Amino acid sequence: MAASEYAIELKGISKSFGPVVANKNINLNLKKGEILALLGENGSGKTTLMNMLSGIYTPDSGSIFIDGKKVVISSPDDAGKLGIGMVHQHFKLVERFTAADNIWIGKKGSGFLLKKDRNKEIEEIASKFGFEIDPTKIVANMSVSEKQTLEIIKVLCYGAKVIILDEPTAVLTVQETKKLFDVCRKMKESGHSIIIITHKLNEVMEISDRVAVLRKGEYIDTVESATTTKMKLTELMVGRKMNLNIERSVIEKTEPLLEVRDLCVESDEGALAVDNMNFYIRGGEILGVAGIAGSGQKELCEAIAGLRKIKSGKIIHKGRNLVGMNAKKIAAQGIAMSFIPEDRLGMGLAPSLSVADNVILKDYTNDKGLFVDRKRARDEAKKIVDMLQIATPSVDTPVRRLSGGNVQKVLLGREIKSDPNVLITAYPVRGLDIHSSYMIYDILNEQKTKGVGVLFIGEDIDVMMALCDKIMVMCHGKLQGVVHASKVKKEELGLMMTGALDLTNVKVDKPAGIASDSAFTAEEWEEAADMSEGAES
Amino acid sequence: MLEVLTLFLFNIVIYSIPLLYATCGEIMVEKSGSLNLGVEGTMAVGAIFGFLAGCKADSLPVAVLVSFITAALVGAIFCIFTITLQANQNVTGLTITTIGVAVYFFVGNGLGANWPVYRECTRLVSGFADIEIPGLSAIPVIGKAFFSHNILVYFAVIVAVLIWLYFEKTSIGLRLRAIGENPGAADSLGVDLVKYKYLHIMAGSGIMGIGGLYMGLNMGGTFEGSNCWINGYGWIAIALVIFANWSTTHAIVGTFVFGFFNTLRVYNMPIATTFPNTFGWLSKVPAQVFSALPFAVTLLVLIVNSVRSRKTNKSNAPTAIGVNYYREDR
Repeated sequence: MAASEYAIELKGISKSFGPVVANKNINLNLKKGEILALLGENGSGKTTLMNMLSGIYTPDSGSIFIDGKKVVISSPDDAGKLGIGMVHQHFKLVERFTAADNIWIGKKGSGFLLKKDRNKEIEEIASKFGFEIDPTKIVANMSVSEKQTLEIIKVLCYGAKVIILDEPTAVLTVQETKKLFDVCRKMKESGHSIIIITHKLNEVMEISDRVAVLRKGEYIDTVESATTTKMKLTELMVGRKMNLNIERSVIEKTEPLLEVRDLCVESDEGALAVDNMNFYIRGGEILGVAGIAGSGQKELCEAIAGLRKIKSGKIIHKGRNLVGMNAKKIAAQGIAMSFIPEDRLGMGLAPSLSVADNVILKDYTNDKGLFVDRKRARDEAKKIVDMLQIATPSVDTPVRRLSGGNVQKVLLGREIKSDPNVLITAYPVRGLDIHSSYMIYDILNEQKTKGVGVLFIGEDIDVMMALCDKIMVMCHGKLQGVVHASKVKKEELGLMMTGALDLTNVKVDKPAGIASDSAFTAEEWEEAADMSEGAES
Repeated sequence: MLEVLTLFLFNIVIYSIPLLYATCGEIMVEKSGSLNLGVEGTMAVGAIFGFLAGCKADSLPVAVLVSFITAALVGAIFCIFTITLQANQNVTGLTITTIGVAVYFFVGNGLGANWPVYRECTRLVSGFADIEIPGLSAIPVIGKAFFSHNILVYFAVIVAVLIWLYFEKTSIGLRLRAIGENPGAADSLGVDLVKYKYLHIMAGSGIMGIGGLYMGLNMGGTFEGSNCWINGYGWIAIALVIFANWSTTHAIVGTFVFGFFNTLRVYNMPIATTFPNTFGWLSKVPAQVFSALPFAVTLLVLIVNSVRSRKTNKSNAPTAIGVNYYREDR
C-alpha cells in the first residue's frame, strides 16, 4: 500500500465534558507538508480537538489515522511517539529551568546522571533545525517570542512531524508574528505538516494552504486559502453574514478628563513597571494602549483605579488629584475599570457569586438599611443580561458557570452601568470570538458617543487601528509616543512596541502625552506635585 | 567550662537530627509538587513500629527499615487520596497527622505492660551507641561535639547530601523538579507523573519515619501514655523546609539553629552556673519559655521568610506546590 497522502485523518471524533458537547462527529484531514489553519469562534472546539491529537484528552468516539494507519493516542507520550507535537497557548515550560533543561526533561535514555555537556548537545540540535538559542538562559528571563521558539524547538527535538500551534500569534508583535510565519514556512519546506489555530482572519489568509472551519463543536468545511475570502470564512465560522468593519464615529471631544503626568509605578517584584508616563484622555475619544503583554499595562490600570500605590507622579481627573484616594473614592468620581487578565476570571468578579450579586458588588453599600436589596440586584442584572445578550440560565447562576465571553460581558456591563465618565478597559475581547468582540466594540463606541473617555488596552493592532482615535504605545513601562490611529502604519506601531522607534520627542514644542489645554496651569501642576509628595511622606 | 560547651554543642546535634530527617523527607515530598502536612503523624507511625520491630528483632537495621517502610505506607495513603482520588492535600495531610498520632497512642496503650524494655535489647542499644570517628573525634571540643555520635546522626547528614545530589545532578531529579514546577510541562513531555509522585512521596515519608524512630530511641524508648515522642517536631520540620529554602543541604544548617533552641531548654542551668557573669540570667527564665522557644522561633522564621521572599522574590518554593494535577482539567 502506498503511503497515505494525509499525515492525519480524523474520522467521526466526538468529545463531551459532562453535558457539554465540545466536539461532535468531526472529520478533518491534514495533508503532508501543508499548513492547515483551524478556524472557529470561542467554544467551537478547536483546542479540544487538537488536545485529542496531543494526548491530553481522549476522544469519546471516532478514530484517528496517522499515515493511513489507525492509532490510539492515550497520553502525551503516545502523541510524541507518533510524531505529533503541540505548542500550547499557555506554554508548558518550567520557568525556573534553563532552555536546555526544559528540553532535557523529556529526553529518553539520557542516563542516570545529568550530562555536563547537555547544553552543548541541545544547542547543536537546535542549530540543526536552524534556530539559535542560548541553552543556559533561564526561561523566566525570556520574552514571549523566545519562549515560543523554545517550545517549537522542543517539539522538533522530539521528532515531531506534525506540529500544532494553538493561537501562537495572540501574544506576539507584528514583527514577531512575521518571524514565526517564516519559521512555519521553513518547517513546511523541510517536510513538516502544521496545524495553526487562530481567529485572526488576515493571518489565516497569509500563512495557510487550506482552512478548516469549526462551528459550535461541529466540522463545517475545509477550503483552499487561495480561493477564499475573509467574508466567506466569517460566514462559515459565524453561520451568517457579518459586517467586518469597525465604525469609528467622530464626535466632538471635550477638554481632558484624565491627565497623567510623570507617573511611575512599581510592579509586584519592585521593578519600575510604569516609567515616567504622560498621557491624557478627552471625553468622547478612545485612547488605545498598545504594547507587548507585560509592558506595564496592568500596573498602569491598577494605579489609576487606586488599587496600586504609585511611586511618584500625578493623576488629575477633572482638575482633582486622584493620588492618595482609595479605590472606592476613585470609583465614585466616575472612573470605572474592567480588566480581563490572562486567566479571564481573576479580577473584578467573584466567581462563585451569582450574576446578580456580582452586578451590585460595587454599590451594595449604598443600599439603605441592614440588608442587601436583592430585588434591585436582580432587576439591574436582568437589564445588563438583556442589553449585552449574555447567555446565562438565570441571573442567579454563579459567574464561574458562564463561558469566558459571557463572564467578560458581565464585568463590562457592571462597569458601564455605574455610568462612568472615564472607562478603563483592558483586553475586553481577550479570547472572544468575532461575534462577541464586535458587540464589545459597539458598546465602547456607544460609550464614546455619550462623551465618556475610554482607555482601551488591547492586543490586536488591526482592531486598535480601526477602533481607537489615538494610540499610545508602551514599551517596558515607557511611553513610546501617542499617534493618530488613522495616520499610523502598522509597522510603525510594531517598531514602537519593541522600543525600536521612539516618537515622544518628535515635536519639540509639544511633548507627547501632555495636553495643550490642560485643566491645570503650570503653577497648579507644581502645586499638585507638592501635594502628592506631601501625601506620601 | 569547655566540657559544658562541648556537651552543649553535642546536644544541639542530637536534637537537630530528627528535624533533619523530617525536613529532608518533606523537601522531597514538596519538590514533587505536593504539600504533605502529615509529617507529625508519619513520624509517629514510623517511630512506634520501627521501635517495636527493632526490639523484637533486637537489631537497629531492622528498626530503621521498618520505620522507613511503615512511614512510606503512610505516604502511600497520602498519594492514594491526593493523586489517585484528587482529594485536597491540606485536609489529607491534617488527617494523616491526626490518625498517625492516634495510631501511636493506640498501639502504645494497647501493649500496656507488654511494652518492650529498650535496655534489654542489647544489640539494638549497642547499634545506637556513639561511634567515634577515628582521628576527627580526637579534635578538642569539636571532636566530641560533632564526630562522636550514633550512626543515625551520620546517616542523616549523608542522606541530606545525597538528596541534594539526586535533585541537582540526576535526570530523575530534574524531572521530579519539573513536576513540582509545572506538572503540565512534565506531562506533555511524557514523564510518568503518577509514578514519580508516588515513589518520591513514599520515599520522603519513609525518611520522616526514620526521624521519628531516632526520637524514640533517643528518649530511651519509654512509652508515656500522654506524650508522643514526636512532640510537635513534625510541624517544625514543615517550617524548616521554608527556612531551608527547599534545599536539603541548607536544612543541615537550619536544623542546627533549631537544635540550639531546644538544647537551651535542657542546658540553661549548667550554662548559667558555668558562665554566671554573662549567662547567669538564664537561670531566672522560666522553663516554659524555653519549651515554647522553638515554636516561637518557628513562627518568627515563617514571618521573616514570607516578608523576605515577597521583597526579593527569591523563594525556591516549587511553583505548583499544593495543587493537584488533573490532565483533563479545563
